[in-house]
Amino acid sequence: MNRAVLLLAVALAVAVPLSLLAGRVWIDPFDPHTRNAATIVLQLRLPRAVLALVVGAGLGSAGAAMQGYLRNPLADPGLFGIAPGAALGAVLSFWTGYAASVWLLPVFALIGAGGAMALLAMIAGRQGGVALFTLAGLMIASLAGALTSLAISLSPTPFALSEIVTWLMGALADRSWRDVLVATPLTVIGIAVLMLAGRSLDALTLGGAAARSLGVDPRRLQALLIAGVGLTVGASVAVAGIIGFVGLIVPHLVRPLTDRRPASLLLPSALAGALLLLVADCACRVLPLAGAELRLGIALSLIGAPFFLHLLLRMRRGLA
Amino acid sequence: MNRLALDRIVLKDRLQAITTALNPGAIKAICGPNGAGKSSLLACIAGLTRLDGGDVRLSGTALSQMSAEQRARQIGYLPQTPEIAWDVSVETLVGLGRLPWRDSSSATAREAVDRAIAALDLDHLRDRPASQLSGGERARALMARVLATGPQWLLADEPLAALDLAQSAALMRRFREQAREGKGVILVLHDLATAMNHAGRVLVLHQGRLVADGPPEQALSEAVIREVWGVRARWLGEPGARALAVEG
Repeated sequence: MNRAVLLLAVALAVAVPLSLLAGRVWIDPFDPHTRNAATIVLQLRLPRAVLALVVGAGLGSAGAAMQGYLRNPLADPGLFGIAPGAALGAVLSFWTGYAASVWLLPVFALIGAGGAMALLAMIAGRQGGVALFTLAGLMIASLAGALTSLAISLSPTPFALSEIVTWLMGALADRSWRDVLVATPLTVIGIAVLMLAGRSLDALTLGGAAARSLGVDPRRLQALLIAGVGLTVGASVAVAGIIGFVGLIVPHLVRPLTDRRPASLLLPSALAGALLLLVADCACRVLPLAGAELRLGIALSLIGAPFFLHLLLRMRRGLA
Repeated sequence: MNRLALDRIVLKDRLQAITTALNPGAIKAICGPNGAGKSSLLACIAGLTRLDGGDVRLSGTALSQMSAEQRARQIGYLPQTPEIAWDVSVETLVGLGRLPWRDSSSATAREAVDRAIAALDLDHLRDRPASQLSGGERARALMARVLATGPQWLLADEPLAALDLAQSAALMRRFREQAREGKGVILVLHDLATAMNHAGRVLVLHQGRLVADGPPEQALSEAVIREVWGVRARWLGEPGARALAVEG
């Protein structure tokens, strides 16, 4: 674990300063004459970079925890209803017009995430079983997805419609320190909660019965997981929209650097998620695309879907 | 000392008022036809199932009164279908046995892991990923995981199910060693000859009831086999190396 953490920390230490210089306006740190350099860095790029780190760290560790919990390397935190729930909340804030008030969009999204978490806990909680948890999550995800589509199809104005659709694609463009303030505490608490579940996730390596014989309380584990994933994913959707595949990809890239226990994967996955999102966001910013910049959510799906396929094929050959 | 006492334990539709007391020492075997409640009984003794009645007591304390970790430190359990979800090394796998102690990086933990690895002759496989182990090596690594906890009791649900003849013999030898060293060992066994030859005491379950409980010659007598399994069978050979001849 220490090797992975060290390696990723060094990579982040290099990537963060570079990301502040890259963009439509390239900033030369040795040339003090770039116009508005201080404003660009402090008001635009720094909050955006911090947000990429926070959101990436949350999604990465949530992915590692979900894979550990479901004992399946193809699990992604987005599958379990919390992200769609948060998205539904955010869409309703556009629909009702409350999104015009800057604080209310993330609040609506967090309420949506909280609702999905409560529903998940209510359906799956009594038994603490993994199968019921998965099915409940999928059900909530499709319900939230259907309601989101309904809201889009009934959208009151074409303006709201285009706002919703653009927002759902996920991005970190035009974010401010306010978003950092919303996402950071929730994500930090969420990662801490997931860390509390680490030992139980390790025990789960041996299957449910063996884990219980090692003293794991399945209901406590499930509660920790719902809370941890809810906080990290909910916070990320609230400020960035839906950004998929980070939680799926990152644990895979990190696993070979660790002893492969789920607990030893949590911190490195947080760091690697932060790094991945920071680099991807920079790439989106720098890519010369006609019109607007590439949306981060789309970019990651373009990378993530083939990666998923590659994993499936590898698993079929029994290598993953 | 370290006595496991079952006091009228009831599991709805599965176990009916089972009472017995088990002391560490020779291997205890639980036998019975499919569906008799063997695995359910073992899970109750391991404290994994909430009982519908009665108590399982370890050294006088009811398992339901202990914290899950307290119980886990004293009773090790090997489930019937072994599972290793991630491709961890043998050393990491065995180290999972230290989880109930919350001491994974301490010297005590390292010592316990080393001892468990040595006890099962896994030293040369320490760094081998679990996916590259043979069936027998896997079974030994999983048993080492249980030993690393340092439990007083070792429970295994059909530990020989997926093993060939030589692997089974090797694993049974390990269980006998553990019993000789003073640990309590309880095995659910499908093969009556294994129970006859290796156990010091056999519990026979039939439809959720304990129908025989005693030394193997008594508990697995030809009369009991006829009554419980419904087949006529005869024991052949010498004590300690018996075989069961079933009449068609």
